[in-house]
Amino acid sequence: MKTGIRYILITIMAFVLPGALASAQDSTDMMPVAAVSDTVSGTAAPVHGTGDTEQEESVDVQGIIFGHINDSYEWHITDIGDKPVTIPLPVILHSKTTGWHCFLSSRVAHGHEYKGFYISTSEKHEGKIVERDASGEEIRPFDISITKNVLSLIISSALLIALILGSARWYKRHDVLKEAPKGVAALLEPVIEMINDDVIKDAVGPNYAKYSPYLLTAFFFILINNLLGIIPIFPGGANVTGNIAVTFVLALCTFLAVNLTTNGHYWRDIFWPDAPMWIKPILIPIEMFGMFTKPLSLMIRLFANIMAGHALILCIVSMIFITVRMGAVIGGSMTVVSVGFGIFMDCFEILVAFIQAYVFTILSAVFIGLAQERPHAEKQGN
Amino acid sequence: MSLLIPDSGLLFWMLLIFAVVFGILAKFGFPVITKMIAKRREHIDNSLRLAEEAEVRLGQMKQEHARIIAQAREEQGQILKEAAQERDSIIRQAQAQAQDEARKILDEAKTRIDAEKESALREIRSQVALLSVQIAEKIMRKELSSDQAHIDLISRMIDEASASHSSKNN
Repeated sequence: MKTGIRYILITIMAFVLPGALASAQDSTDMMPVAAVSDTVSGTAAPVHGTGDTEQEESVDVQGIIFGHINDSYEWHITDIGDKPVTIPLPVILHSKTTGWHCFLSSRVAHGHEYKGFYISTSEKHEGKIVERDASGEEIRPFDISITKNVLSLIISSALLIALILGSARWYKRHDVLKEAPKGVAALLEPVIEMINDDVIKDAVGPNYAKYSPYLLTAFFFILINNLLGIIPIFPGGANVTGNIAVTFVLALCTFLAVNLTTNGHYWRDIFWPDAPMWIKPILIPIEMFGMFTKPLSLMIRLFANIMAGHALILCIVSMIFITVRMGAVIGGSMTVVSVGFGIFMDCFEILVAFIQAYVFTILSAVFIGLAQERPHAEKQGN
Repeated sequence: MSLLIPDSGLLFWMLLIFAVVFGILAKFGFPVITKMIAKRREHIDNSLRLAEEAEVRLGQMKQEHARIIAQAREEQGQILKEAAQERDSIIRQAQAQAQDEARKILDEAKTRIDAEKESALREIRSQVALLSVQIAEKIMRKELSSDQAHIDLISRMIDEASASHSSKNN
């Protein structure tokens, strides 16, 4: 058990630190480039790199990056010439005044207004569909549109369910004692086995079986969304796990798993810890704060790492288009550098996709394990 | 920044989708797979343990074998030794018996020869006595006639006696 905990800690240190560094580095990287592009172009917000003046064929890196990282109502695939190729997605709204509405996002594309709804350009609701209330203020209707991220979630979830159920079907139809798994079962078995035995069993403790379906689901859910996010064209490419809403739900599930299934010792440790009387008033708020910071850290870590990865790759690719104006030599050499670095970053992102899924799972398992293991530790202490 | 504010629509869908995915996978997906993996691991562990036991038993059996073979060899040696002893003793016994028999036969022959000799001597003696008596008788009878006649008679009688003796002996 001791070696198990040490192993977990080392793993966490090894994986989280570079991730944090990468995200920090990214945020410092991203801003100057964006700033440069802003100062160079001098235009407010050209759409998707289509330069609007003849001499300044500039690239709006910030627009590209945030256009990608943020959710959107349509799935923009590419531009052919000046014509964007997009997949329109259903918009589902409930307005307080006019009730339910359902229409394709192409109706509100390019600044069009449909039934009083339009995509806001104001700072407060940028990129979101809004309507105007009686006083002319922009307000958000209740919006459960199938956005790019939602569609990506549906696709990846369908894929995940197909993979796992396909694998489960193999096990139902074959005798595991006589045959080695084939196909998708052979692909998934070592991963499931590794997560289940090396991560969940070690971190959660004796009654790990109760939590392993959730933790395995979380792992594969994050992994498949991370991996699909790396693929640059249609079924993939959405920044799903780099979206705070998605990681929030995942972290919420871990929070619920930790706090709803724990025992009295866990609560006693928070509200009446084993400490001298005078230290308790300090310790109790810290413990209560810790209850929320743990899942919060899960949420931010996954979000920041994946978002940073997407942003970084986009920055590198955008470098080609920024430097192309600086002449053939610089542009050409930077293209080579960008492509090389882009390949490296894509490979790195594959690694990060796995590592982040792994870290999320292992930390969730450790938090669950910590909330579970208290009585055993005390018994050993006595 | 809008990046850090979860969007309610996405939140709603994410909750729904994740709940569905979790529901399906937790019911039909992972438990099946993990159970099967555990089952196989158990089976493999069992098999390994059995194999180890079998190996131990095999080792024991080998030892047993070796022991039995050694014992059999020992017994064989002993039997051979005993057989050799038996053979030697039988031969020795037979020799002794043969010697005894031979001695007995010789003894018997000797006694029989002695007896024969005795009886022959006795017969000769009796013959000689008889002859002597007859000779004496004949001499007695011839006394009455001439000397010549006397001598003739004696010689004739001796001839007769010797003749009769030889015929008797034949």
